[in-house]
Amino acid sequence: MTAKTLYDKLWDAHVVRDNGDGTALIYIDRHLLHEVTSPQAFEGLRLADRELWRLEANLAVPDHNVPTINRDRISDPVSREQLDALTSNVRAAHIKYIDLFDERQGIVHVIGPELGACLPGMTIVCGDSHTTTNGALGAWAFGIGTSEVEHVLATQTLSLTKARNMLISINGKLGTGVTAKDIVLHIIGRIGTAGGTGHVIEFAGDTIRGLSMEGRMTICNMAIEAGARSGVIAVDDTTIDYVRGRPMAPKGGMWDKAEAAWRELHSDAEARFDHAVDIRAEDIQPCVTWGTSPEMVVSIGDRVPDPEQETDPVKRQGMRHALEYMALEPGTPMTDIKPDKIFIGSCTNARIEDLRAAANVVKGKKVAPGIKEALIVPGSGLVRKQAEQEGLDKIFIDAGFQWRQAGCSMCLGMNEDRLSQGERCASTSNRNFQGRQGPGGRTHLVSPPMAAAAAVAGHFIDVRELND
Amino acid sequence: MEAFTELDGLVAPLDRSNIDTDAIIPKQFLKSVHKTGYGPFLFDEWRYEDIGRPGQDCSQRPLKKDFILNRERYQGASILLTRFNFGCGSSREHAVWALREYGFRCVIAESFADIFYSNCGKNGVLAVSLDAEIIEHLFKEVLSTPGYRLRVNLTAQTITTPSGENIFFDIDASLKDRLLNGLDDIGMTLQYGDDIRAYEQRRATEAPWLFPERN
Ligand code: SF4
Repeated sequence: MTAKTLYDKLWDAHVVRDNGDGTALIYIDRHLLHEVTSPQAFEGLRLADRELWRLEANLAVPDHNVPTINRDRISDPVSREQLDALTSNVRAAHIKYIDLFDERQGIVHVIGPELGACLPGMTIVCGDSHTTTNGALGAWAFGIGTSEVEHVLATQTLSLTKARNMLISINGKLGTGVTAKDIVLHIIGRIGTAGGTGHVIEFAGDTIRGLSMEGRMTICNMAIEAGARSGVIAVDDTTIDYVRGRPMAPKGGMWDKAEAAWRELHSDAEARFDHAVDIRAEDIQPCVTWGTSPEMVVSIGDRVPDPEQETDPVKRQGMRHALEYMALEPGTPMTDIKPDKIFIGSCTNARIEDLRAAANVVKGKKVAPGIKEALIVPGSGLVRKQAEQEGLDKIFIDAGFQWRQAGCSMCLGMNEDRLSQGERCASTSNRNFQGRQGPGGRTHLVSPPMAAAAAVAGHFIDVRELND
Repeated sequence: MEAFTELDGLVAPLDRSNIDTDAIIPKQFLKSVHKTGYGPFLFDEWRYEDIGRPGQDCSQRPLKKDFILNRERYQGASILLTRFNFGCGSSREHAVWALREYGFRCVIAESFADIFYSNCGKNGVLAVSLDAEIIEHLFKEVLSTPGYRLRVNLTAQTITTPSGENIFFDIDASLKDRLLNGLDDIGMTLQYGDDIRAYEQRRATEAPWLFPERN
């Protein structure tokens, strides 16, 4: 038998039929739904008088435009209409629904693994590009559009072309203060936002194996920012320990069977990749983005780059536009940049470990006077509860942070939490596109400890210096 | 999806090239959570004096009298005749939904933007491209003949004019098949329903934890 990559194995296990035109019909094990991309899919089913193919494969939760304070007051009519549409659609279809007032509510990509709804070896889709987060479980997970949401609801399948295999190996020991977020920003800085186009990236190496599941999810979450269709990580003890005991995970004898199968979810030793990249963990420093694309990233000790040093004219022009939008001068030390707002949240960095790391930095300190607003938005109600049990909420509130309820919040500013024109934000989210966090807003992507450090220092700072 | 076999329809001439999807359905209507309700807003900026709002009742809105679709003689048209690169710009499927809901089942143009063309096929709308001279000829006839109709026969791939002239058109065989049988993407996949069920059966044995409802 030929050696297979992890992605090859996941693909092969889900082929329903070869369509004979370069695509295959792929079975979808888990379908997650939220309020933004599902309403027209449900309407499409109704108009065509079609049934749900498999009720139990679906799980719905509102997250993108939910308020993070005063849950019962949604002022924007579009948001309210989308939330109401989700509620009535999933209730009518009898889909398992975690509503706005359920303590398990949260960002769809956070609650999937947390509840054991997403498991190793599954194909997982959702009408949202950061579905790739679930690849950390050794699952094949990817975002889809609204017409595909309808297709999955009606057929439990999608016709897909197979992606190519890319291997990114990270080996060595991470420095103190360097997190999974820095690893993935470093990778994107290295291969670019189109570096993974047409590929599924497998993240491997001893540095990855040394990461917690939370850290692995942060990395797979941003595989999409590297242009990849999905990110995957092999199953090991860390994966198994994470999944065991989750509410929707298998139990008893069924667990044993599942675990045995999941242990096979890794690339064979002889497996061939179309593309391979090696990264030394020692080369990775705490990162900060300076521009309007995640690949516009430097280490905290660096300066804002100078477009005039760039030889590629297209890139040079892109850098100029980015600097103009970000209101930054080439050569400015990153540590001179002062954010107006701090956002610790999003499906990239709002799991318990992220909040612990941030709390660790702010403990006993205060948010600097120049910071207008500092938000902590847990990824789910359960993360929030856990953090409160550990007293993290007190640490944040004492330091001057706002302690919010779970949702996407300022990651994309569909609810009330957003940047105003010209405001600068240290954000633990994943996209620093123009206007992403609010029209005219300026985003700097960082890790949770780096965002926390910027909050107390009033400017970006190497978190390691703050702790000294 | 409604099958397309034959159509005998009144023709409305829209004499412009490069009509983009933003003109077909402006972006304020994309916020809607529905797949329907776009028909009254088709060509909103060209059709009305005021600016439309999603969900609004359009029956009282002031019309732009000169716009071709507002003329008495083109009321009830189901075939749209236009020029080069129709449906360019943003990929919004809403553009086809709006045309379809307004009543157009066939668009005849010199050429179409790719995504728009494929969206037509997914929604039971036949997009026909013809040579520039034939388009020009049809425009002349429509404008000079009130009540001008065309007969479209998809099986034969012909368009017949009132004078009995037959115009042949090209269409990809699989797209033709889908339109004739009213198969959208989902309909295509559901043809393999047995394969999907067989897969589930097998998989539920191999990996029963994925099908807790069966245990
Ligand atoms: S947190 Fe941000 S990136 Fe993640 S699902 Fe929500 S909006 Fe998308």
